[in-house]
Amino acid sequence: MISWAVLAALVLFSAVTYALGRRKLTAQAAGQGRDRAHSRPGYHGAYVMLWVAVPAAAVLLLHGAFGGRIAAAAVQAEKPAAVAALTPQQRMVFYDDVQSTVVGRTPSEIIYAPDVREALDAEAREAVRIEMGLRLAAVAAALVLAVAGFVFSYRRVRPEFRARQHVEGWTAVLLFACSAAAILTTVGIVASLAFESFRFFQAVPPHQFLFGLDWDPQIAMRSDQFATSGAFGAVPLFVGTFLIMLIAMVVAAPIGLLSAIYLAEYASRPTRAVVKPLLEVLAGVPTVVYGFFAALTVGPLFRSTFNAIGAQLLGGPFHELGLYLSQVQNQMALVAGAVMGIMLIPFVSSLSDDIINAVPQSLRDGSLAMGATPSETIKKVVMPAALPGIVAALLLAVSRAIGETMIVTMAAGLQAKTTLNPLDTVTTVTVQIVTLLTGDQEFDSPKTLSAFGLGLTLFVITLILNVIALRIVQKYREQYD
Amino acid sequence: MLSQPEGSKDGPVHIELRPQSAHAVDAPAKLRARDVNVFYGDKQALFDASLDVPEKAVTALIGPSGCGKSTFLRCINRMNDTIATARVTGRIELDGEDVNDRSIDPVLLRARVGMVFQKPNPFPKSIFENVAYGPRIHGIATGKRELEHVVETSLKRAGLWNEVADRLQAPGTSLSGGQQQRLVIARAIAVNPEVILMDEPCSALDPIATARVEELIDELREEYCIVIVTHSMAQAARVSQKTAFFHLGKLIESGNTDEIFTNPRDTRTQDYITGRFG
Repeated sequence: MISWAVLAALVLFSAVTYALGRRKLTAQAAGQGRDRAHSRPGYHGAYVMLWVAVPAAAVLLLHGAFGGRIAAAAVQAEKPAAVAALTPQQRMVFYDDVQSTVVGRTPSEIIYAPDVREALDAEAREAVRIEMGLRLAAVAAALVLAVAGFVFSYRRVRPEFRARQHVEGWTAVLLFACSAAAILTTVGIVASLAFESFRFFQAVPPHQFLFGLDWDPQIAMRSDQFATSGAFGAVPLFVGTFLIMLIAMVVAAPIGLLSAIYLAEYASRPTRAVVKPLLEVLAGVPTVVYGFFAALTVGPLFRSTFNAIGAQLLGGPFHELGLYLSQVQNQMALVAGAVMGIMLIPFVSSLSDDIINAVPQSLRDGSLAMGATPSETIKKVVMPAALPGIVAALLLAVSRAIGETMIVTMAAGLQAKTTLNPLDTVTTVTVQIVTLLTGDQEFDSPKTLSAFGLGLTLFVITLILNVIALRIVQKYREQYD
Repeated sequence: MLSQPEGSKDGPVHIELRPQSAHAVDAPAKLRARDVNVFYGDKQALFDASLDVPEKAVTALIGPSGCGKSTFLRCINRMNDTIATARVTGRIELDGEDVNDRSIDPVLLRARVGMVFQKPNPFPKSIFENVAYGPRIHGIATGKRELEHVVETSLKRAGLWNEVADRLQAPGTSLSGGQQQRLVIARAIAVNPEVILMDEPCSALDPIATARVEELIDELREEYCIVIVTHSMAQAARVSQKTAFFHLGKLIESGNTDEIFTNPRDTRTQDYITGRFG
């Protein structure tokens, strides 16, 4: 690690060079009148500073990122005979302990043979030496680059030098680097997902995963356990996800949309000032709290209601149905879906409200001036104009419903069933991912790896949804604007 | 400026007038406004405006920005109702009935009094649907064929038919600015209004499109009572038979257009039409 003092020195040096660049330009341009300098003094200062700071910082960054690994590799390149005789696993532990000795951590409690013990100290000294050398080299390189950058750029500072163009070039590079970082991260996430999924699909064939109707990932965790093969059919999970999403949207879409219409078109300004923040409080409630609400309040309420209805039906023409209803449990898709729908109401209403408000007032005036009633205006002019945005808002709500985990974990049960019965217990993709990955897991069993398979499939589905949403929005855009 | 000393009259004003606006207006009043006051919250925007608007003629409302002419226009079809803080007092009679009376439903009133706005505001629908909008909501046309007939006649009357006949299903927003403005005029006349209000209908248009719309206004005059707010005195002189001059929320004077432009009674009117302020 490079000490903070080095970084502080670099920052200070850059600041000084900025001032120097500025001053040189101001001094040179002073005699020739203000218009003679191509760029403003600040650009010249920034130009010098960038040449000083960026290459040096890059070297320090590279050292920070790869220095440790290079040093470790260099240490391990030449092994003492005693170490070379160890098994690979023992060697790994050995070098872990070397590293611990170097940084002053307590090493493992393994008692080494005397010759290995000796080698450990020798290797630790060697590691310290290499790391120090690397660090010195990095600092020296940074210093040389900073000075060279300063000499090079300071000499170019002249009134006719186009410093602004150069600085703007640097700025563009910086901005590109930022967007590239975001894109590369995404690529990295997708790649790791794809890689782990590939390993999973080597163990479980994709068609079995995508079309299998049984989900029972109980598989032997260790080789000495009694092995069961486990079933990895993801259909019940996706059906469960779809069912809960559907119930949530049936609740959230109409309530959210109609309250948005009320807020945007009917509510007086004072009412709106009270109602809108209150609705948005709902959006601030943590999903765990919704989970409590679902599991402890809504679940028992629904159960007792359905049980009571079932009891009434017993012995009548709908005896079978009554029997079923009277045995309904607390945990069911309907509870999770309904509570999730309530969670999504502010999401839908807030977004739709903004979209409806963005419809130009001139369209409303035009319609009202034709003798249309407010409701005709909303149905025939405002809503069609706002439709692409509203569709996009609803699809965003759908992807939130698909991704939501907590409420379902607490209120829908954990049984994977292929059913569209809202009174049954179901489970969703995200809930299964969580259950598969919590606790101590070995990362090479199909059971754990199946989480990545699920993640990848979910990712593809959300991607398709987003593409559809974009296409819908574009289609309506073309038609209306 | 405003602080022009009283009585300093300049020589005669030369504004070219078209022949049709040169003869006096003696048609009966379609609209009679008496002592109309408008308040937006605490601010009074219009003070005791009284005006007679003749049938089958164009009445121009002129005056500098913020003088209350648009406010007055919006009282006639009660568009001020859509502004929560607006309050209107006084009488505005349409064929002898007070439009502010409790018995008048603003929705029905607006079917009789059409309006064209400053910026063309076609709905995000096809050209056909834009014109069919009013007939549909008011149940004027029954059946598809009748609706098509109404759309065609309205577009013809608005002088747009030849340009759009082959693309009635194209979005209304795909037309040029001038065509859009004629489209919304077609939309307004499709419900057979008695009065058409126009709030600076040409201010967003180029000179050629403006000339086309002015021509159209002149043709429509034969069937409708038209009230037009305009910033352009030349336009007022070209298209109107009667002119009312507003200043600082007051209606200063009104009369036949040729009289207002050649022989104004009030010095403020004269200063405005000679371009001293505004």
